Amino acid sequence: MIRIANGQGFWGDWLEAPVRLIDQGPIDYLALDYLAEITMSILQKQKQADPNLGYARDFPPLVGRIAKRLRERNVKVIANAGGVNPTACAQAVLKAAPGLKVAVVLGDDVFGRIDEFRAKHYDLCDNILSANAYIGAFPLAEALTTGADVVIAGRSTDTALALAPMIHRYGWSATDWNKLAAGTIAGHIIECGAQCTGGNCQVDWQNIPNMADIGYPIVEAEPDGTFTVTKHAAAGGRVHSDVVKEQLLYELGDPKNYITPDCVADFTTIHLDDVGPDRVRVSGIRGAPRPPTLKLSISYFAGWKATGTLVYSWPQALEKARAADDIVRRRLTTLGLKFDEIYTEFLGVNACHGPVAHAPADPAEVQLRIGVRGMDKAAVDRFTRELVPLVLNGPPGATGFGDGRPPVREIVAYWSALIPREEIETRIEVFE
Amino acid sequence: MKAKLARIAHTRSGDKGDTANVGVIAYRQEDYPILLREVTASRVKEFFGELVEGEVTRYELPNLGALNFLLDQALGGGGTVSLRVDAQGKTLGAALLGLEIELE
Repeated sequence: MIRIANGQGFWGDWLEAPVRLIDQGPIDYLALDYLAEITMSILQKQKQADPNLGYARDFPPLVGRIAKRLRERNVKVIANAGGVNPTACAQAVLKAAPGLKVAVVLGDDVFGRIDEFRAKHYDLCDNILSANAYIGAFPLAEALTTGADVVIAGRSTDTALALAPMIHRYGWSATDWNKLAAGTIAGHIIECGAQCTGGNCQVDWQNIPNMADIGYPIVEAEPDGTFTVTKHAAAGGRVHSDVVKEQLLYELGDPKNYITPDCVADFTTIHLDDVGPDRVRVSGIRGAPRPPTLKLSISYFAGWKATGTLVYSWPQALEKARAADDIVRRRLTTLGLKFDEIYTEFLGVNACHGPVAHAPADPAEVQLRIGVRGMDKAAVDRFTRELVPLVLNGPPGATGFGDGRPPVREIVAYWSALIPREEIETRIEVFE
Repeated sequence: MKAKLARIAHTRSGDKGDTANVGVIAYRQEDYPILLREVTASRVKEFFGELVEGEVTRYELPNLGALNFLLDQALGGGGTVSLRVDAQGKTLGAALLGLEIELE
C-alpha cells in the first residue's frame, strides 16, 4: 500500500496544509495541484515580463520549508507548479532547498507552435495568450523513476498527480484501463484538497470536527486498483461516503465518460464503503481506452471588465440600491459608452440565487454590485468613476466606498481544442 | 407529502466554462427513486428560470444514489468573463435544495 496525499487544491489554497500532511502522520507522496484553467495565462504574462518567472511562486518556498522532513521521511513531491516555466521553477526549488533532486516534465507548452497548429486547421481561437496540452500520468511516473525528491510538471491533469505514483510503484501498463480509471478517480477525489474531507460540505456541516485544523486527504492505494480515502487522525475534518460523494460529483460532466489522457473512467461503477472512522473504501471501478486526442488548454484575451460596489442601509435599502443602479445606467448612456454587458446584483437579496432567491422583504442593508465588460478599455475605465459620486449625488444612505474606484481588469478567457496525441512528446530533465 | 429537496438530498455544484454542474445526492439510498422521479431535467430547468439560458441535461449515478445536472449557459459567460459574484456556480447546488418535491 502507498499513501498519496493532496496538500493543495489550487494556487492560493491553505499554505499550512502540505506542512501538516507531512507533520501529522505518514505519507509517501505529496501531490500539489496549482493550476486552474486560466492560471496558465497569468503565468505566461509573468514569463513575458521576466523570463525567470511563469511558475507557481508559492511552491519553491514551500519546498524549502519542508525539504528536511521530505528527506527524513522519504516523501516525494509531485506538483504541476511549473506552469509555463518548469525549468525556472526547478531552479528556484533548488535555491530554496539545496541538495534535493528535482525532475521536470517538459513538452506540454505549445504556445510557440500556434501558427503550425493553425496551418493544420485545429480548432483554435484568436488572441491566444497561452497554450498547453494536458499531460497525463505516464510522463510523471517516468519522472519518478529518476529517484527525484520533487517532480515538477507544467499543465499536467490534476488527476495525474495522484495516478502517477500508482503507475510508478505498481507497474501498471498503459492499457490497464480499470486500474488507470481507479487511480484517476482517486485523483479526482483528492484533487480539490479538503473538499473531500469536510470542506464545503453540506452534510451536517455544523458538526464537522475541528475545521480550523482540517486534514487534507490521503489515498491509501493498493496494487489491484482499490483504495481507501482517509486523513491523518490528529487532523480535523470528516471523511465519510457522503462527503466523498459530494466531491465525486464536483465539476463532473457525463459520469460514464470522464476523459483524461490516460483512460476514460466510468463514475457509475464506483462502489463506496464506510469501513471505519474517517475511512472510505473505494472499489469496483471500470475504465475504457484513452482517446486518440489530447486536450489543449488555451487562454485568450477577451476584453476588459470592472465591478464596483456600494452599500445602502435601511430604510428602503433595496429601493435605494435599485434607484442608484438606474442612475448609473442613465449616466453611462448619456456618456455614450458601449459595453458588451452591464450586470447588476443586489447582495443580500439575489446575487447568489437570482430569481430563485428568497429575498428578504425589508433588508437591513443591501450591497449594490454593478459590473461592465467590453473591448473598449477607456469605456470600462470611465465606468469605474461613476459609482463613488453616488455617495453625494444619489439616493441617501450610501457607504462602503472606502476602496475608491474599482480596478479595470483584463479578461483572459479559456478555450479548449483537441489535437492528435502524436503532436505532443514529453521529456524529462533532472536538476540537482 | 410535499417537502423541499433539502429534506432527502444534499448537493454540490461547480463549473466548466459557462456550464454549471449540480450534483444531487440522496442521504439514503432508498430515496434515490424519489430523486429519479421528482428531480427531472425539465423541473430543474423550470426551477432556475432565467438563470439558465441553455439546456439542462441529467445523468444518473444509481451506484451513488446521485444525479448530475449540466446547466448550459448558466454562468453569464463563465469563469473570468462572467460579471456575477458567483461566476463559478458554487451556490447553485444550495439553491436547488429549495425545490419542492413530492415524497410519496
